[in-house]
Amino acid sequence: MSALKTLNGNQSIAEAVRQIDPDVLAAYPITPSTAIVETIAKFKADGMITGEFVCPESEHSAMSVCIGAASAGGRVMTATASQGLALMWEMLYIAAGLRLPIVAAIVNRSMSAPINIHGDHSDTMGARDSGWIQIYSENCQEAYDNFIQAFRIAEHLDVRTPVLVGLDGFIISHSMEVIQVEDDDEVKKFVGEYMPLYPLLDTSNKMTVGPIDFTDYYFEHKRSQLEGIENSPPVIEAVGKEFGQKFGREYGFFEEYRMDDAELCIVVMSSAAGTCKDAIDELRSEGKKVGLLKPRVFRPFPHKKIAEALKEMKAVAVLDRCSSPGAFGAPLFTEIRSGLYDYAERPRIVNYVYGLGGRDIKVEHFKEVASKLEKIAETGTVEEIYSYINLRE
Amino acid sequence: MKETIEIRWHGRAGQGVVTAAVTMADVLSSEENIYVQAFPEFGAEKRGAPILAFNRISKKPIRSHSQVYYPDIVVVTDPSLLGMVDIGSGAKDDTFFLMNTTYDVSLIRERVSLGEKKIYTLDAYTIATDELGRAIPNVPMVAALVKVTELMDLKKFKEKIRISLGKKLRSEVVEMNMQTIDRAFKEVKEG
Repeated sequence: MSALKTLNGNQSIAEAVRQIDPDVLAAYPITPSTAIVETIAKFKADGMITGEFVCPESEHSAMSVCIGAASAGGRVMTATASQGLALMWEMLYIAAGLRLPIVAAIVNRSMSAPINIHGDHSDTMGARDSGWIQIYSENCQEAYDNFIQAFRIAEHLDVRTPVLVGLDGFIISHSMEVIQVEDDDEVKKFVGEYMPLYPLLDTSNKMTVGPIDFTDYYFEHKRSQLEGIENSPPVIEAVGKEFGQKFGREYGFFEEYRMDDAELCIVVMSSAAGTCKDAIDELRSEGKKVGLLKPRVFRPFPHKKIAEALKEMKAVAVLDRCSSPGAFGAPLFTEIRSGLYDYAERPRIVNYVYGLGGRDIKVEHFKEVASKLEKIAETGTVEEIYSYINLRE
Repeated sequence: MKETIEIRWHGRAGQGVVTAAVTMADVLSSEENIYVQAFPEFGAEKRGAPILAFNRISKKPIRSHSQVYYPDIVVVTDPSLLGMVDIGSGAKDDTFFLMNTTYDVSLIRERVSLGEKKIYTLDAYTIATDELGRAIPNVPMVAALVKVTELMDLKKFKEKIRISLGKKLRSEVVEMNMQTIDRAFKEVKEG
């Protein structure tokens, strides 16, 4: 039965895992995602899930187990964060290259050094070219909903590409909220039966997986691998719609909040977007025409759709919870700015890096950003294209 | 009740302060049209170190994920924190304080400048030691908080907490906690 439950982000993911009951769950616990793995282990011990639970000696091995199990024909998942995702590095590319529909819950956490266990997007942003689809969640409900949808997207025959679902470390993973947990059977029905393609265990149709491929054909094969993610946008859209029809919460590539007559826009992902909505309401009550655009899908990046939504703004601030050393700006900013390049008329655009290592961002900070945007819109000039929020300098 | 109540918990790591905030959210979550949030401070924690936990309780869906900076209620679960951490930070005119202490309120006011703000006190260590055999102040403090906010009556609160604690504790320990709650409801006092 569908019910309201008080769960934190990790428990929300674990609930989805229990309902989907994948064939193989392989994970090595790391803060702040540990509770996902712990809860799965408990489900397994209590006989609430039938899938194999494997706890190997490292994240590298966890992803290797996922790759092996997915190649064998199983529906497979993992969960990790930060250094754990980094340790999976070479295996991430292999999972995507082999077009294995593995699903990973990534509890977004900063990267060392210095050592920090708190939330930012440095881990998944570092993995942005590994070939995985990336979906980000604002709150516990979205983490649960996105994780369920991830299987449908990854396993779609036109896609067959791994998907990671991000939720902010501590801010969401350890924050208890009231979420709608859907009926077990309805979730199972929504996700459906998994149909493996070319499973290794099908011994009557023998396959080679992961052979060597040099200058003669590597390029062609690499190009053909991209088709999965290139085919994914209509699938992501359809799955988000169907989820809405079934459970009442529809999802697209991004969410627009009070954008109808907006002249200024703040772009921010994940948990900070919720706080930003409160700030937007305050700004609106002061008569300021500010809106929010919250990207949900970062890979594939919906360039065209976002550019269309932003092209008539006077000024846009893109907030990244990640730095990109030596780049022109942080990842979300460079994507969006690049998407706007082809428009003759386009907004002034600035980049703010915020919240590294879990540094808090509050309503006041968004209001400061809005007042800077007002000034940019008024003067038509951007003095500082790249700066920081709530940083002591 | 105001549209949104923001609560800041001051305690020491190991006292069950985060559990207290989570319990508070858990028992209130079943109320019609009440939304709750409970989360720890996003900081470093070592046993005994001062820590924070937070609640938001609202009549509308809660979207903010920042920490609480302007609390409506401040709960202090360890008396030795007075004068050590800034429990009055961000307090508004109508913010009130709930403290685990044996001190007289006049002494508290001497130590911390809280103006005329309302202070409730409870000797949670004694209650917990008497009833549970351990000076764990979280259950009596949650109970006292429910009492002074009038967010739920005693009978209903006990029913809810029986379910909440029952998920983790043996039934005799749950019953000991029921005594703790009765006493906290009775003994929490203003001024």
